[in-house]
Amino acid sequence: MMQLALVIDLNVCVGCHACVTSCKEWNTSGSAGPMSDQNPYGADPTGTFFNRVQTYEVGEFPNTETVHFPKSCLHCEDPPCVPVCPTGASYKRKEDGIVLVNYDKCIGCKYCSWACPYGAREFDEQQRVMKKCTLCVDRIYDTSMAENDRKPACVKACPTSARLFGDIHDPESAVSQAIRESGGYPLMPEWGTQPSNHYLPRRKTRIKIHLDELERADNPLKVDHQLPRPAASEPTLDDVVTW
Amino acid sequence: MQAANASSSPVQEVKNTTCYMCACRCGIRVHLRDGVVRYIDGNPDHPLNKGVICAKGSSGIMKQYSPARLLKPLKRRAGAERGAGDFEEITWDEAFATLAERLGRIRATDPKKFALITGRDQMQALTGMFARQFGTPNYSAHGGFCSVNMAAGMIYTIGGSFWEFGGPDLDRAKLFVMIGTAEDHHSNPMKIALSKFRRDGGRFISINPVRTGYSAIADEWVPIRPGTDGALLLAIIHEIIATGLYDREFLVRYSNAGQLINVSSTSDEFGFFVRTDIPTEEACYEPQDKLWWDRNSDRPVVTHQAGADPYLLGEFKLADGTPVKPAFQLLHERVKDYTPEWASQITGIPVEIIRRLAHEMGVTARDQKIELPIAWTDSWGNEHETVTGNPVAFHAMRGLAAHSNGFQSTRALAILMSLLGTIDRPGGFRHKAPFPRPIPPCARTPNDARGVQPNHPLDGMVLGWPSDPDDLFVNADGSPVRLDKAFSWEYPLSVHGLMHNAITNAWRGDPYRIDTLLIFMANMSWNSTMNTAEVRRMLNDKVSDKDGNEEFKIPFLVVCDAFHSEMTAYADLILPDTTYLERHDVMSMLDRPISEFDGPVDSVRIPVLPVSGDCKPFQEVLIELGTRLKLPAFVTPTGERKFRDYPDFITNWETEPGSGIGFLAGWRGKGGEKFLRGEPNPNQWEMYARNNCVFHYELPKSYQYMRNWNKGYLEWSQRHSITRYAEPILIHLYSEVLQRFRCAAQGKGLTRKPPEHLKKRIETYFDPLPFYYDSLEAQVTDKHKYPLAAVTQRPMAMYHSWDSQNAWLRQIHTHNYLYVNTRTARQQGIGDGDWIWVESQWGKVRCMVRHSEAVEPGTVWTWNAIGKAAGAWNLTPDANESQLGFLLNHLISEELPVSVDSARRISNSDPITGQAAWYDVRVRIYKVGADETAPGLQNTSPQFEPMKPYPGMKPRSGILAFLGGRRK
Repeated sequence: MMQLALVIDLNVCVGCHACVTSCKEWNTSGSAGPMSDQNPYGADPTGTFFNRVQTYEVGEFPNTETVHFPKSCLHCEDPPCVPVCPTGASYKRKEDGIVLVNYDKCIGCKYCSWACPYGAREFDEQQRVMKKCTLCVDRIYDTSMAENDRKPACVKACPTSARLFGDIHDPESAVSQAIRESGGYPLMPEWGTQPSNHYLPRRKTRIKIHLDELERADNPLKVDHQLPRPAASEPTLDDVVTW
Repeated sequence: MQAANASSSPVQEVKNTTCYMCACRCGIRVHLRDGVVRYIDGNPDHPLNKGVICAKGSSGIMKQYSPARLLKPLKRRAGAERGAGDFEEITWDEAFATLAERLGRIRATDPKKFALITGRDQMQALTGMFARQFGTPNYSAHGGFCSVNMAAGMIYTIGGSFWEFGGPDLDRAKLFVMIGTAEDHHSNPMKIALSKFRRDGGRFISINPVRTGYSAIADEWVPIRPGTDGALLLAIIHEIIATGLYDREFLVRYSNAGQLINVSSTSDEFGFFVRTDIPTEEACYEPQDKLWWDRNSDRPVVTHQAGADPYLLGEFKLADGTPVKPAFQLLHERVKDYTPEWASQITGIPVEIIRRLAHEMGVTARDQKIELPIAWTDSWGNEHETVTGNPVAFHAMRGLAAHSNGFQSTRALAILMSLLGTIDRPGGFRHKAPFPRPIPPCARTPNDARGVQPNHPLDGMVLGWPSDPDDLFVNADGSPVRLDKAFSWEYPLSVHGLMHNAITNAWRGDPYRIDTLLIFMANMSWNSTMNTAEVRRMLNDKVSDKDGNEEFKIPFLVVCDAFHSEMTAYADLILPDTTYLERHDVMSMLDRPISEFDGPVDSVRIPVLPVSGDCKPFQEVLIELGTRLKLPAFVTPTGERKFRDYPDFITNWETEPGSGIGFLAGWRGKGGEKFLRGEPNPNQWEMYARNNCVFHYELPKSYQYMRNWNKGYLEWSQRHSITRYAEPILIHLYSEVLQRFRCAAQGKGLTRKPPEHLKKRIETYFDPLPFYYDSLEAQVTDKHKYPLAAVTQRPMAMYHSWDSQNAWLRQIHTHNYLYVNTRTARQQGIGDGDWIWVESQWGKVRCMVRHSEAVEPGTVWTWNAIGKAAGAWNLTPDANESQLGFLLNHLISEELPVSVDSARRISNSDPITGQAAWYDVRVRIYKVGADETAPGLQNTSPQFEPMKPYPGMKPRSGILAFLGGRRK
């Protein structure tokens, strides 16, 4: 069975937040919207976002890594938010594994957000219902769009193409290949939720310089007589070694 | 929004235009539903962003519908103080009549009493042209306080610069070194390229005091103390030369490294290239009349002679006994003492890392050469079967530039890039049209006060490129003609002006008072000025005339902006601009186009929405004003209106009658059959509209590289009127331009001489070879008292101060903290989240601290321009931006004493270019007193009287549930 998911490459994510606002922009006017904002122009503004980027520092100066970490619903294979829902509003689609909320059934009890170990659910204070990432379900199957556009808005927007989208159950898909070859990992597997979204870790490229690479026969300093040969009168081993 | 029939389905449209949420200028598709913006995504067919879009671009909807928008022309209520924000609505007729009357009077008497300052407007070709047509020399653009050191330092060295004019070729590079780059600069193309580069296995090194954004994904972060980049670069040059890791062949043929310089200290020609008599071509810019000392014949020969190969090192004597040295020898001597050990003390970077950086650069450049099978012919007629690349690329911006030693640091960078043989080669630095240009480029300002005459256009460009002291724009006594003192002996190569000093100078009347100041989208009473609180006072300061009437020291202040801001409050007249979705615009080859490495590209904006309220695009304002004032470019010889509106102006205006050169390069000629040069095409806008709003000419492969010396390209460029000269543009390892100024300061030569009090300054800083010096601010600061450097970074999700009115973006950066290295903070007992004072010798700010391991211990930093004045941008007065956010600008002075004990003041800028030295400020930090911890005092300082919304603005909502049109 198909399981759609995002694979997020932390090796290239620069934390620009394009995924955050392109998601909001598409979805507030889409089938999952509107996504409300409280105090949009006042103190402590707070709104519904399906996707957020958190930034962490790892290690101590000067060995510090700054990690930008985009996070949205992970579309778990065994989503703990679904069984706790008293009305059946939270559900996982059989055909593609997307976890969705039926707003008509949602009573805003927030059980699902307590059950989600990843903090991925977003309560909409205006509509009083629970919302979350839909993997842009209203884009990816919309045949009125060009094929290239049938992707989640965040994937389309991402300037570093850090967000891959596809079926992780298909071993031939780009996402499966990335997970396999680049050390893709799920978040907190110990919870047994089997998150579908995966992350690709940082990788380092280093250059090894061998000392002898600094001393080559074609060193241009020789041309300008800066690495002169010893004068003929200088002593050498040749003069004194008999063997 | 149109009231729609509930039964009909929503009307959907997609329109292409160009983004303006920052200066990147990506192609966008605006999706409208029922006439409301529903979605903005990247245009996949646009060469710049190839379909991607950033956080700002994705939030354009919230800019369009922001309650901070100004919707009516306003004038300050009679008797109200400036800054109080007390306005009344007026009509455009009244606004135009007021302006035309006042400006007409100024133009007929003393045109320099009108000054025009423009922010990051993307239409400097038009604003500059308006100023020139008006006849005022007083035009300054944002570059002077942004990154003019970067542009000037590189253009005066290699004939091109980063961002719009050139950049790193990450497609082919193997090693990429980024130094001090603002993360909102050229951001989407940089992100696209950086990601691809890393995935292709390239190595990325970031040199920056702070590890954020781009630096976060670097393979190696090299923390450096702010303002010391020059020391690092000079030490790397030292090591590259000492180990022989430079590209000798490249330097010989393509730079002035082998050219002989007169080193006879008693000669008037000391420090100049030795020239010989050769038949010069007509109108030659830089004749090839210099000499090499040929290794083969052991005698001086004219450069680039067939079979000759110059010595780069050594000392020689000409037949007349004159001692001479190749430029490279002088560079070698210059960097002799700039050892990695020396630089380590200054930069805080360990010696072994400096050495390793040099080795990585040198060995990668030398051993991973690229040979592309592209044949080309050089300027001397030699045919080459391949284009060679040394795959080491660099990018740098404000971190290097915004210091008073930034010009020489940038020169050091450009020279390092040249030593590695990476200029306009694959995998290195590549130019973008219209660059490369001659060194320096040809445009000049007038060079004396006679260039300014009543009722006449300025007799020269408003901004230019001085090549010697006689190009300076000064009075007979050497004093500045311009208000900001640009192109004077104080800042001779200030190629973008010094807008950061315009208000202070006008207020003080030094060099003179002005009458009217017109500011276009620059927040000069807040984040776009140094010394913010004082500048606000100056703007509202009055003087009594002899009859006891009070008048403002800057008598009339006009601000054009699309948004309520700290600046608009000080205006006497506010002109409401449109948003980018409501207007025509051009990203012109006359300005800063969006060219690609492979050829010239320009683009347009086409309105996708009707104009809101009584807004009017600033372009239309200028054309209307120009017409009313009868400026020659805007009226017929009989004084009649020449252009219906801005689009008509863009289509039909030419640089001179019949020149065939206009603002747009694409689809010129009657039927759109020509490009770059051709008659006006009445359907040009439609052709841009049909082609994604962009014109892209891809050069033949053989013209895409080595363009400084590529005969084919240079002749192509000349034929298409991009450049006047087709001669080679040799890299200025040694800068004779700088030497000319130094000589004048030493009293030598026939050119003008600086006034006595500036001689020493010119002689010191106009060094023809790069050198390192402590910043001017540090020279007048007690560094024991103020031990820390304070800098700002710009977040990727905000552009300058523009986006706090944006409901979505402000949730990402609602307020800012001061980031302090954890150990530095703990040494002073400052905990994470504590309130502290940050104090410089100029001012102090109260703010909150965040501990950080991603900042060099001697540096503190914060996000730029997140802090706002209470009530500004139509946020509520208790919004986080003003109560918890703060501005570092209060700690930075726009002027410095000339020396510790001097009362005379000079701009806090680079002494060569006048670049604002934002990042030189030194501070100390300490916890707030126990009496300041009460709940009511838990806000940042300074605070200002809360601003009010102005008449005509829409109310802000307490809850937002945006829905773009009706859903299906």
